[in-house]
Amino acid sequence: MDVLNALVVFANFVFVPGLAYGAQLALGALGVTLVYGILRFSNFAHGDTMAFGTMAAILVTWGLQSMGISFGPLPTALIALPFAIAATAALVLATDRGIYRFYRKVRAAPVILVIVSMGVMFVMNALTRFIIGVDEINFADGGRFIIAAREFKELTGLAEGLAIRTTQLITVVTAAVAVALLFWFLGNTRTGKSMRAYSDNEDLALLSGINPERVVAVTWIIVAALATTAGVLYGLDKSFKAFTYFQLLLPIFAAAIVGGLGSPLGAIAGGFLIAFSEVTVTYAWKRVLGYLLPEGLEPEGLVQLMSTDYKFAVSFAILVIVLLFRPTGLFRGKSV
Amino acid sequence: MRAPLLFAAVACLFVLTGEMQSWNVALAILNMALVSAIMAMGVNMQWGYAGLFNIGGMGFVALGGLAAVLVSMPPVPDAWAAGGLGVVAGLLLGALTVIAAIAVVRRMPAGRLRTVLLLAVLVVGFVLYRRVFDPAVSAVEAVTPAATGYLGGLGLPVLLAWPAGGLLAAGAAWLIGKTALGLRSDYLAIATLGISEIVIAILKNEDWLARGVKNVVGLPRPTGVPYEVELQRSAGFLDWAGRWGIDPVTASSIVVKLAYAGFFSVVLVGIVWLAERALNSPWGRMMRAIRDNEVAAEAMGKDVTARHLQVFVLGSAVIGIAGAMMTTLDGQLTPGTYQPLRFTFLVWVMVIVGGSGNNWGAVLGGFLIWWLWVMVEPIGLWLMQTVTSGMADGLVKDRLIDAAAHMRLFVMGLVLLFVLRFAPRGLIPER
Amino acid sequence: MAEPFLIGEAMTGGYGAADILQGCTIAVEKGQIAVIVGPNGAGKSTAMKAVFGMLKLRKGQVRLNGADITALSPQARVAKGMAFVPQTQNIFTSMTVEENLEMGAFLRRDDIRATLEQVYDLFPILRDKRRQAAGELSGGQRQQVAVGRALMTQPRVLMLDEPTAGVSPIVMDELFDRIIDIARTGISILMVEQNARQALAIADMGYVLVQGTNRFTDTGAALMADPEVRRSFLGG
Repeated sequence: MDVLNALVVFANFVFVPGLAYGAQLALGALGVTLVYGILRFSNFAHGDTMAFGTMAAILVTWGLQSMGISFGPLPTALIALPFAIAATAALVLATDRGIYRFYRKVRAAPVILVIVSMGVMFVMNALTRFIIGVDEINFADGGRFIIAAREFKELTGLAEGLAIRTTQLITVVTAAVAVALLFWFLGNTRTGKSMRAYSDNEDLALLSGINPERVVAVTWIIVAALATTAGVLYGLDKSFKAFTYFQLLLPIFAAAIVGGLGSPLGAIAGGFLIAFSEVTVTYAWKRVLGYLLPEGLEPEGLVQLMSTDYKFAVSFAILVIVLLFRPTGLFRGKSV
Repeated sequence: MRAPLLFAAVACLFVLTGEMQSWNVALAILNMALVSAIMAMGVNMQWGYAGLFNIGGMGFVALGGLAAVLVSMPPVPDAWAAGGLGVVAGLLLGALTVIAAIAVVRRMPAGRLRTVLLLAVLVVGFVLYRRVFDPAVSAVEAVTPAATGYLGGLGLPVLLAWPAGGLLAAGAAWLIGKTALGLRSDYLAIATLGISEIVIAILKNEDWLARGVKNVVGLPRPTGVPYEVELQRSAGFLDWAGRWGIDPVTASSIVVKLAYAGFFSVVLVGIVWLAERALNSPWGRMMRAIRDNEVAAEAMGKDVTARHLQVFVLGSAVIGIAGAMMTTLDGQLTPGTYQPLRFTFLVWVMVIVGGSGNNWGAVLGGFLIWWLWVMVEPIGLWLMQTVTSGMADGLVKDRLIDAAAHMRLFVMGLVLLFVLRFAPRGLIPER
Repeated sequence: MAEPFLIGEAMTGGYGAADILQGCTIAVEKGQIAVIVGPNGAGKSTAMKAVFGMLKLRKGQVRLNGADITALSPQARVAKGMAFVPQTQNIFTSMTVEENLEMGAFLRRDDIRATLEQVYDLFPILRDKRRQAAGELSGGQRQQVAVGRALMTQPRVLMLDEPTAGVSPIVMDELFDRIIDIARTGISILMVEQNARQALAIADMGYVLVQGTNRFTDTGAALMADPEVRRSFLGG
């Protein structure tokens, strides 16, 4: 029994990647859940909003790099982030003013807004691809590893190595900061509380004098910030390709629904639940079990519950189970 | 009066394409448009009749394609010998496990014992299933993987594949509907999207079923659709082509396309006729009553969930038939080409632009939007080149010409947004 | 007669094409309690909502302290000093008691702590539960939160739509006691009530509405003593 080595393998292949992916999903799900709670529709354009935000960050990063500005061991993209958020916020506010606002005024059914968001998705996707093309782009610079596998093995003398990439650490830290800011804003500021009130009981909020258009505008700005941050973190961790963000839509929505649509805490919990489930179910546990089980009982096969091709099938299966047994999600969100 | 005029206008578009580009191109677009029109009808049944928001159309199209393979391709005896039994046994075990699990949940009272038993059933069932299934699959896929490596089909006539596609899709829809139809609209949408992604993933990965991404090529054609090479070898045909002054290769291609068009049109007319009968029947009126006021309908004793299930299954069956037709037209099953953007959302644009709730609207939408989807690229390119012809060479000019390639999605998005805002009832509104 | 503090005069209108109110008049003096009672479907809630501006009047006028407010939106009327407590969904269930009260004072830019203390003095149990989510409270306590929320704007008129609907008799008595306390501070109360007998017992003015018009109008005590009123609406 070699618990230490088993733990290291587990951490390296399951825990750390799951944590980073979970943070990315959580940020994405937060954006979706905010739009659902306050604007009351499922925003299918969210994935492409993330793509647009990441694209903006990449362009600014390139600009900064050409000016010789860098961020030391951290990716330059982090400096570009505020600018990218501003650009994305402008885009979503314009979209709201030009497209969604009409349907709010005529009190259209939520499902119509979803179809409209599909159209917005098409246009945003085309815009992003037009500006930056369809190729894969790697824009992470700075140090690659906080600690590389080799260094770890040398430090600890263990057989297995734990590598922590800079991007993984940044993802978790940035996500934590973003979430803390969001919750502080929602719980402690007048505007934040008015947003919660509006989400809770729209008529009563209007009666209290809360300005709906202001709530909507602030919501979109926050959503832009969350989407851009999530997109940039994902792009730094993996790479940027204009098409991949649409595929993230399914796990993101699964995370938001599982946690309870409309509940920010739920979005975070859902994000990590989905991420860890995806990673654990598709991971080949042979090595970990090899270290934990006594000699002779070691598994022969890979001990992989499902092949990695079925990764999102896991998030979907969890979604279905939750929808069947507890449709309002873990934290009791709303349903349309 | 409007509808026939609109159809005539769309017909003109096709004729223009034939004249200005080539008849081959026009007919290719027409055939795919016929298939799209049928898909649009399926989606229209679910959305227009019953207000069900299903964005998993792609999955049913893929199932239709799978049916085409399973019905018409010849079986691979070596593969069946190597592992066919194991595959079937494994699948049965899997199905039994699920049934047993459902039985446990239904029959036993909630509590710790039930949870333990459920987990036991699932774990044991899963392990057994993998024990039986995995070696059989490896054996099957090892049989001449370059050419086959899968179990093959039933070797039946291709035309049977089309209704088979409908049945397969209907079966899947029934299962999905049973679980997901109780959900609210947004949740149903996500659920259907997820299921369609899973279906595609299964097709891409389960090589033993349909060769996965290695694709199944050489699907047989329906009797009545000749092969171009056969035509080119036939003296009678060469004679006929000569008299009309068309070169044999082009002529053979056109004839094949016309033959498909004939088959497809028959199917389309049949489905439209059935759909019109259904829509104007008491059943159709009840469906729309439920859609317009579900609460009232339930209060009147209508079993809303059962009706929704009916429509969901029927609409999915129609989409499945179209999927089988499309795979027959392509002559091959290529799971990698099934993308949600291209199929599901495009079909939705067709339904909404054409006019949701109206069968003729769905057909018109199918023709118009498919034509637009194909033609946006060449038209856009021509437009860009004209616009930039006066410009100096450089980054901006390159970018603009590049942009033509991305015009398709952009135009489709704009069309959808425009119609939803200014003409939400579509070109041919519901009566 | 001197101009009442708040009056909805000869109101005719409804939600759509059909008129629910047929020339009905409701008025309340400063610091008084006016109660609207009547059979179901008489238009009691409709009359009050008309006074608050939640529906358009075809005919008639609403005046507050002499000023014509007929054209003002409900939010504008809140700014003018009116407060409304709906019958259902009248609190923010996911927010704490204190946050609910803060939301009530949303339009105020000054320091609300004094008003907050006043509300807690009026409803002591809310002070104990100030950090608890409002949705977790009992029915009677939720009503207290709803009324407290409305009081946070320091209104001059407080309008209550069936405040005792669905609460136990003891809680109802307590609520009515609180309402009397509020009126004593100079706030006018306009109240629609199903529990006609108990409501009229505390009313300075009572309006019995039938089919959108005034049937009986008198002081609460007089109405309770009137045999015809007792027979028709108070169960003898």
